[in-house]
Amino acid sequence: MTDATAPVALTADGVTKAYGERRALQGVSFSAHRGERIAIIGPNGAGKTTLLQILAGSLKPTGGSVSLKEGEIGWVPQQPALYTKLTVAENLRLFARLERVADVAGTVERMLDQTGLRDRARDELGSLSGGNRQRVNVAIGLLAEPSVLLLDEPSSSLDPRQRERLWAFVSGLAEAGTAVVYATHNVAEAERFADRVLVLADGELLFSGSPRELERTVGGDAEAPDLESAFVRFLHDRGH
Amino acid sequence: MRWLLLKDLQILRRSPLLVGVLVGYSVVVSLVAGVALSSGPSKPAVAFANLVAPDDSEIALGGRRVDASQYADKLFEKVEPIRVKTRAEAIEKVRSGEALGALVVPADVTQKLQGTLGLGGGGRPQVEVYYSAENPLKTQYVKDTIDSTLAEANAAISAEVLKESAKYLNVIVAGGKVGVPIVGEVDILGLRRARAIIEATLATLPEDAPQRPGLEQVSRFAGLAADNLDLSKPILASISKPVRVTRIIVSGSNASLSAFAAEAAVVGSMMFVALLLAAGMLALEREENAFGRLVRGLVSRTGLVVEKVGLAALAAFVLTTVMLGILAALLGLDFARAPLWLIVLAAGSLAFGAMGVAIGGATREVRSASLAAFVVSLPVAALALVPSGSVADGIYDLIRVISAVFPFRPAMDALDAAISGGDLLAPLLHLVALALVFAALARLSLRRFG
Repeated sequence: MTDATAPVALTADGVTKAYGERRALQGVSFSAHRGERIAIIGPNGAGKTTLLQILAGSLKPTGGSVSLKEGEIGWVPQQPALYTKLTVAENLRLFARLERVADVAGTVERMLDQTGLRDRARDELGSLSGGNRQRVNVAIGLLAEPSVLLLDEPSSSLDPRQRERLWAFVSGLAEAGTAVVYATHNVAEAERFADRVLVLADGELLFSGSPRELERTVGGDAEAPDLESAFVRFLHDRGH
Repeated sequence: MRWLLLKDLQILRRSPLLVGVLVGYSVVVSLVAGVALSSGPSKPAVAFANLVAPDDSEIALGGRRVDASQYADKLFEKVEPIRVKTRAEAIEKVRSGEALGALVVPADVTQKLQGTLGLGGGGRPQVEVYYSAENPLKTQYVKDTIDSTLAEANAAISAEVLKESAKYLNVIVAGGKVGVPIVGEVDILGLRRARAIIEATLATLPEDAPQRPGLEQVSRFAGLAADNLDLSKPILASISKPVRVTRIIVSGSNASLSAFAAEAAVVGSMMFVALLLAAGMLALEREENAFGRLVRGLVSRTGLVVEKVGLAALAAFVLTTVMLGILAALLGLDFARAPLWLIVLAAGSLAFGAMGVAIGGATREVRSASLAAFVVSLPVAALALVPSGSVADGIYDLIRVISAVFPFRPAMDALDAAISGGDLLAPLLHLVALALVFAALARLSLRRFG
């Protein structure tokens, strides 16, 4: 849940990214507080993944700054970035070593408990379902115990049951104080699992506030029965 | 980087089929290519019809009788004969494809040969050769084989004739007995003995004897003739082989064909294993989506290039060291030069590994990386094995330039020098330079991916 008094975990200040003449991001600024869940929503090509990649340190911005360094942020790319020929435990162990985690064995044990995959620890990742792979993918983003976790479309390849388990897991992290910032196409998910939504379109940050505030912005419950309708109308009103 | 290397080795250990195919394919293909390159072509099948009657195959040469059929044996050293009885049968063998060519020795060949050697006039003997024009390469090969063998047979007959001629000259100069058909053995006086008789006669004549000038003239002629005919014997001897060949190596080593086969097999295996492994393992990082996660502060792009080059080079080095060790033991290569082999194998493996990483850096998937590695390496290896002089100068210069840009040729040169002697430093430095250039290209190509 949002706690305005919680300390700021991450600040993006005037982040800009240009590819030649095309401006993928135009001066995006926002802050994420500890324990806050922020959903970045927007149409295709809005710049959601680009923004996350810049926050994660995978991509250099053309302008602006991010308050944390790449090693201080957990990053979970859209597709599981794991080795299918290694077991669950071996994947966790490898990335823990690469992250230079002090207690590798202890961290792997903790992650196996946290992901509920202890009984699959010795299974090759290639034999796991998409949902379980995504849990390992998220767990690797958490190995270094980051104060901020970034997720790019984390539930896109999951079935409803797997999605439910993933969001329960992510919400548990937020309750433990981790700031969670994720990009999603699923506005309903943002409505259920975000304290705040950032609406991006054509690289521009058009809105930052709670899902309820977005609905109110477009005229209240009567005209926008849910966040998805409010989001579509919001974009339409602004020419997108 | 250490953990990444261990991870890659673990992945390879979990993929025994893939590794087995990679190593097995590389070794088998390279060995077969090496053996094929170093061994000559097999004997072509040639139909052979000798129409000369069995009791008519001898010719008289001076006082000797020589069996002309012995010259056919020379041909059989170079071809696989299919003996037939008639000309028609021989031609049919060629038509059916059973034989690549046919050689027919007509019935009158010894008779004509006898006439030619005995200066009896008549036509020169002829043999008939039939080819299949189905495959121009095979036709040329059979034609060249039969032509060269017939040339050898001609030279052998010439040598026999010259040997007999030299004997006659000897008798003319020094005198002696000669066998003449019907008459039997005849004693020939000879120029030297004739001169001796004249000299003895002159000694008994008074100084002013009217016979003396004439006899002295005959004596001088006999002396001059004997001396000059003596001189003509080495000249005649040189006619059968007018040009002698001295073979001197001016470039490259004096590597035996078997050593060359070993070099080609080892470098071929090195190329396949290092290229495919380096290209594939780097592409795998992206195929598994791990690349972006790794270069986010966990491993630098340069570190990734170094790790993949090291992995591929290590695998290629181990494989080729074992392979060369076995081949060296089988071929009896000099193990005292083994430290030089290891240096070359290490440098070559690094160069191929770097090239593989450059290929892997330019592709996004393991399959396309493997395909690209094959597409690039096979023509380069084939070009590097084209010998000088076998193509036009301009084309060969182009081949040399292309071969110099890839590690295959310098690796072959370096290994050849390490095994058989020769300049090792230049190809070794060439390999090191290529390793650095390809590693730099790989590093540049990784800038594209996040």
